[in-house]
Amino acid sequence: MGEMDQMKKEAEGLKSQIEAARKAAADTTLADAASGVAPAPRVQLKTRKTLKGHLAKIYAMHWATDCRLDHAMLMVSASQDGKLIIWDAFSGNKINAVPLKSSWVMTCAYAPSGNLVASGGLDNMCTVYNLKTPVVKTVKELDAHTGYLSCARFLSDTEILTASGDTTCALWDIETGKQKTVFLNHVGDCMCLALSPDMNMFISGACDSLAKLWDIRDGTCKQTFQGHTSDINAISFFPSGNAVVTGSDDCTCKMYDLRSDQEVISYQDAQLNSGVTSLALSVSGRLIFAGYDDFNCNIWDSLKGEKVGVLSGHDNRVSCTGVPQDGMCVCTGSWDSFLKIWN
Amino acid sequence: MSNNSANSNNLVIAQKAVKQLRLEASVRRIKVSQAAADLKTFCLQNAHKDPLLMGVPSSDNPFRPPKSCSLF
Repeated sequence: MGEMDQMKKEAEGLKSQIEAARKAAADTTLADAASGVAPAPRVQLKTRKTLKGHLAKIYAMHWATDCRLDHAMLMVSASQDGKLIIWDAFSGNKINAVPLKSSWVMTCAYAPSGNLVASGGLDNMCTVYNLKTPVVKTVKELDAHTGYLSCARFLSDTEILTASGDTTCALWDIETGKQKTVFLNHVGDCMCLALSPDMNMFISGACDSLAKLWDIRDGTCKQTFQGHTSDINAISFFPSGNAVVTGSDDCTCKMYDLRSDQEVISYQDAQLNSGVTSLALSVSGRLIFAGYDDFNCNIWDSLKGEKVGVLSGHDNRVSCTGVPQDGMCVCTGSWDSFLKIWN
Repeated sequence: MSNNSANSNNLVIAQKAVKQLRLEASVRRIKVSQAAADLKTFCLQNAHKDPLLMGVPSSDNPFRPPKSCSLF
């Protein structure tokens, strides 16, 4: 047998081994295990603020980590009108508007310190800006990806993680502008990433319909999660750090438990035939806010897999959602150019 | 010549794939029942701290200035 055939045979054998080991661990489903838990209350949230100011589709938003500073609640949004806007969600006021060199933006991020924000998109670059200088200044243009920038997340003021249409994710040193680590394993465009609560790992979702767990420091892919049948557009850690939730163009969201290495529940409905664009979890992990192409944000009971509410109000696709650290509200951003704050 | 280099390239790719699969196969897995129990426990223990789940009373809602009545 040629070496190539040997490799193929070993690969098939290992895949079967993994599948068998997962089956052996699957002694129940999450929904069955949670059958004794009282259902989550019907969640009826109201729009408390509508943030108006962007002139085109909003593609991304991100809450500042310590968002409640000086009686303000800060977040950044990115629109293909070529601007990042820093908002105070309490007052609805615009704190800053950062003009972008390239208006084809797909992602934005707030650094945990609150000092920096980042954006990126079809320019294949991640641009980092300093909000604390008298006029907002570009700190660095991180330029090495050979495909679009779909997602960026700061670890600190000196390190940022990016996900790209070139199928890689990367960890950058912002000061030198160079990639410290490149995470190679996806075979489709990387669409999203999320940092683990302890910041040692991150999870990525891609157009190969897989989610992958990575060790940030050693650069290796530790686990791969299958189940989706189309692009994974959104991903988030469950707050305990032991599970991840994904949202896909296959119209479902799924939760994968990291320690049992498999899907434990799927959030889907026969009447829902729009792709999931974005998702965010409430602070206890019980509620999943998932934005869809059909202009709504559906609210799911994460343990029971049932829909418990809906946020309707946007006139176009919901492209981004976010829950701030204190869990006091949820923000939705849309192609209709508005952001809404709900609680 | 080019066929050989394509073949060796494919072989390297296949070797990397096998290496990755070996790593992933070696993961220690816990039973879903245990994983589910931990997820449940986390949700229930943190439910009281979850404003979106419990509801935010208007008096505490920073997005809703408290209504005040003035009597003249």
